[in-house]
Amino acid sequence: MTGRAGVAWLFAAAPGIVALVGLVLPNRARRLAAGLGIAGATVALAAAVALATMGGAAIEAGRRLVDFGGLPVTLTVRVDGRAALVAVAVAVVALAVQVYSVAYLAHDDRYPPYAAQVSLFTAAMMLVVVSGDLIVLLVGWEVMGICSYLLIGHDRTLPEAPRAAVKAFLVTRVGDVGFLLGIALLGLSAGSFRIADVLAAHLSPARLTVATLLLLAGVAGKSAQFPLHTWLPDAMAGPTPISALIHAATMVAAGVYVVTRLYPLFLAAPATLAVLGVVAAVTMLLGALAATAQDDIKRVLAWSTVSQIAYMSGALAVGAAPVALFHLLSHAAFKALLFLAAGCVIHAVGTNSMARMGGLRRSLPVTFGCLTIGLAALAGVPPFAGFWSKDSVLAVAAQARAGGGAAAGWVGWLVWLAGLATALVTAWYATRLWLRVFFGTPRAGTAAHDAPPLMRWPVVALAVPSALLGFAGLDGAFARRLGTDSLVSFDALAVLPLACLVAGAGLAWWAWRRAPATDPVSALGRAVPVFANAFYLDAVQDAAVVRPALALARVVRRSDESIVDGTVEATGHGAVRLGTLVMRAHRGPLSWAAGAALGGAVLAGVAAVILVSSR
Amino acid sequence: MTALLLLTLLLPVAGALAAVGLHRRSDVAGRVAAVVASAGAFVASVALYWHRDGSGWVSTGQQRTGAPIAPWHQIDVSWASGLELRFHIGIDGISYPLVVLTTLLTLLCCVYTLWTVPEGPRGSLLAALLLTIEVGILGVFLALNLVLFFVFFETVLLPMYAVIAAWGGPARRAAARKFVLYTLFGSVLLLVGVFLVVAATGTAELTELTAGGPSRFAGTLGHGTQVAAFVLLALAFAVKSPLWPLHTWLPDAHTEAPTVGSVILAGVLLKMGTYGLLRVAVGVLPYGARQLAPALGVLAVAAILVGGLVCLAQTELKRLIAYSSVGHMGFVLLGIATLTTTGFQAALIGNVAHGVITGLLFFLAGAIKDRTHTGDLRQLGGLRERMPYLSGLLGYAAIASLGLPGLAGFWGEAFAVVAALRRGGPLWTILAVFAALGGALAAAYFLRLLRHVTHGPASPAGAGMACPPLARAELASWAPLVLLALAVGLVPALVLGVAHDPVQALGEVVLR
Repeated sequence: MTGRAGVAWLFAAAPGIVALVGLVLPNRARRLAAGLGIAGATVALAAAVALATMGGAAIEAGRRLVDFGGLPVTLTVRVDGRAALVAVAVAVVALAVQVYSVAYLAHDDRYPPYAAQVSLFTAAMMLVVVSGDLIVLLVGWEVMGICSYLLIGHDRTLPEAPRAAVKAFLVTRVGDVGFLLGIALLGLSAGSFRIADVLAAHLSPARLTVATLLLLAGVAGKSAQFPLHTWLPDAMAGPTPISALIHAATMVAAGVYVVTRLYPLFLAAPATLAVLGVVAAVTMLLGALAATAQDDIKRVLAWSTVSQIAYMSGALAVGAAPVALFHLLSHAAFKALLFLAAGCVIHAVGTNSMARMGGLRRSLPVTFGCLTIGLAALAGVPPFAGFWSKDSVLAVAAQARAGGGAAAGWVGWLVWLAGLATALVTAWYATRLWLRVFFGTPRAGTAAHDAPPLMRWPVVALAVPSALLGFAGLDGAFARRLGTDSLVSFDALAVLPLACLVAGAGLAWWAWRRAPATDPVSALGRAVPVFANAFYLDAVQDAAVVRPALALARVVRRSDESIVDGTVEATGHGAVRLGTLVMRAHRGPLSWAAGAALGGAVLAGVAAVILVSSR
Repeated sequence: MTALLLLTLLLPVAGALAAVGLHRRSDVAGRVAAVVASAGAFVASVALYWHRDGSGWVSTGQQRTGAPIAPWHQIDVSWASGLELRFHIGIDGISYPLVVLTTLLTLLCCVYTLWTVPEGPRGSLLAALLLTIEVGILGVFLALNLVLFFVFFETVLLPMYAVIAAWGGPARRAAARKFVLYTLFGSVLLLVGVFLVVAATGTAELTELTAGGPSRFAGTLGHGTQVAAFVLLALAFAVKSPLWPLHTWLPDAHTEAPTVGSVILAGVLLKMGTYGLLRVAVGVLPYGARQLAPALGVLAVAAILVGGLVCLAQTELKRLIAYSSVGHMGFVLLGIATLTTTGFQAALIGNVAHGVITGLLFFLAGAIKDRTHTGDLRQLGGLRERMPYLSGLLGYAAIASLGLPGLAGFWGEAFAVVAALRRGGPLWTILAVFAALGGALAAAYFLRLLRHVTHGPASPAGAGMACPPLARAELASWAPLVLLALAVGLVPALVLGVAHDPVQALGEVVLR
């Protein structure tokens, strides 16, 4: 194994080992746990930065882990420019979260397991990033799921937390049924689970389409794409830093990343790309519209994640993996910033509800500045990061309208139009959030003040890439790491997203201006409850999946007890009853018994005589 | 190194005798003797791994003797030639992990009994019975003679009956009776099946019977006989495993059995069924296996789904774990039913993983029931408020049991699905899809279990009671299982490394 491969393993190994140590620490070892968590993330970050700046050829090295009847599973590391850059993003966010949590959860009485689970989460994501073997990738993939379960359920005072945690794991796990089957199909076709072998294998188009569609189920679950997006908004029950972790660099990014990892397969399956395009368009608008009507500041951000990830899916659907990754990186920066800054706001006012915020720009100047940068990046205000990456997505979609590329022309149209509409809605809800939280008259009771330094630094640090990362897109070396020659190209159509931005922000400002005390969302009228409940898809999921499954379970349990076990019990009772009958027959009076014995003897004698005489 | 083989089997016998001998004079001394003996057996069984080359029956690395069963060590003594019964025992890569699992779990149970004795007769008697059971189970895994296999298979039954009936819960009598009668019914089929094979071939030696070997008996079994014998043997092993719909003795037995009884029952006793199916039924009767594999596969997947759905609606802690065993063993049986080497490997590691994880789960369930005096999920709750460590361990075990990748349970289940897909064709593809769905179901019911038991406010059932913290005995007997679940999950070659060659050989036998 070369030195660089060893460094690549460090991405996952450092936080992983730290996590295992942290999980057995006693609850009082708070400082040690925090130190360990920060150290693990720092080592991972250093390793990732080292590999990302070193450049050089892609790394592919590994050894056999086990062999299942001729199907080897290998511990392979496969790191190219993309993987290294994504690893840097993961490590930055993880480090920010570890530092931030020390202050944010200052009064938490179970900090060591929390910090260890964050480390484990990081390690799992890193495993997904570097693994060159699909089975090992699946290990990281699922461990992330369980970490999200544990961390979302961390807050023991929230009654809705356990339910949200279970939902997050189960919804993604349902998608993972498809993911496992897809991996199995690919592995069986290639005779190996190594990504290199899978990409080199020759698969029939039908098999390829089925396998990629199955993978897509898992991707939709992890990346919160329609119809498996329902878990993400509820996951807000977790502590705010966890939301940053899940939304920015791990979990939801994993789905998109894995598609780019296996992208040649997807490019060869146009039907899958078309499905992905439809899913992306639906999810984009659904998420953005749902974000307009939320009162909880974290839920606004959660729905915005759903919508922004769909931009990445859209880019993937039109055949532009580098652009998807570009948006993934810029989204990682500004979404982590948004959540951590929102955490500062929540920390200051003690509530998630925007109805009880307002006018906070004077009392929270640092948070105000950072959150403004984050929202500008989210809405796509030039020159912040989101502007460049979102514009790139819309540009590749616009090019795909002509058809002839990886995807059909209509997919390009669909993604492009949905993307433009979403840009408008995004600008609208970002402006609403900004105005509701920082402007107008203060509605909070207590005097708010900026967060302690340990929370402030990470937020300020994340503001830098949120503001500037977009310029990297102009850099040829950066683009080549992501696998293309240029990421950003401007033509006349680039005016349209800007027009959408101005229109959306202007509409929100106008509605707020008319009545600064009321929520701008009231301008939407009757659509408000529909958006607030995200088109009632939770209720649909409940009625279509959860209730039938539980009802089926009850029926099966009852029939297992009454029919299957009933038969067994009845056999037992029947045997006893039969025995009782025979016993009674034997318990007659003496005369009866003597008669029977005599009769038997006579019968035997007759039989003997007949047998003998017949010889 | 045949001495080690003999030691593995005889140390528990000696321990059981010592424990019984001492139990009147000093109960504690009896239990200590049991711990010493089981520790010795464990060490001896682990040591069997080394000196594999010393016995002349080499089966390591790339060297292959061509024989489907090539024991590392063996002992072969004539016993009752009229019955074709020989005392022929040996160990190879398929039986080794199970043998070590058996000695380990028995050791842990004996250690546990050192401190905690359930209500009932003296603890040293319980320990003696555990060691007797161990002898029977080890014998099953080691036997290379069919009749001997049957003898050991039966040895397990009565001590287990006694454990349930003497130290069990309130409805122990009925549960023990059901257990013994139901499995006895399976044994009758096993006996008929065994002698059907023996009568048809004139030998009971597994090394010779496993077709494809350098054997004059290979191929002497007609197709009809093979199918008939396979049905009998498969039914017998299906009762033991248990396979749906022959499983209903299991929940009752588990619910009533004392903690150590449940651990042994789930941890290793069930494995006699799956091991027998693989080694005896499939190995000796490959034609019969090929004919009946689809039926076996369908029933296995039915077990996965029914087990999962029942768990989803289950309200009793130990019953839930028992039904989850039905589902897990369904994955193991599915692996065997595919008749692929991938499936056999999956079944082997699934067996070991289930033994480790479900053993741990029953230990934890026992600890919870001991403290709260109820197993009713509706009355439990808030465990993480009152006992964070126990709750954390329960969470770990549940997560391991739902097949999280990176922990032991994953490999067997995922690769049973892969094996079914590998078999190809519409039937096996559908089975693979449903089995994978069963995996999601496992997540659903285990998270539901955790939500009931660990989350929420502290329950009234435990609130008033004193909750003793985790005892050292408890930690000592759980820690190895916790570590093993992680180790096997990270390095599956721990189990499958030794099994590679024999499984390959068995695969060739089946495909021939």
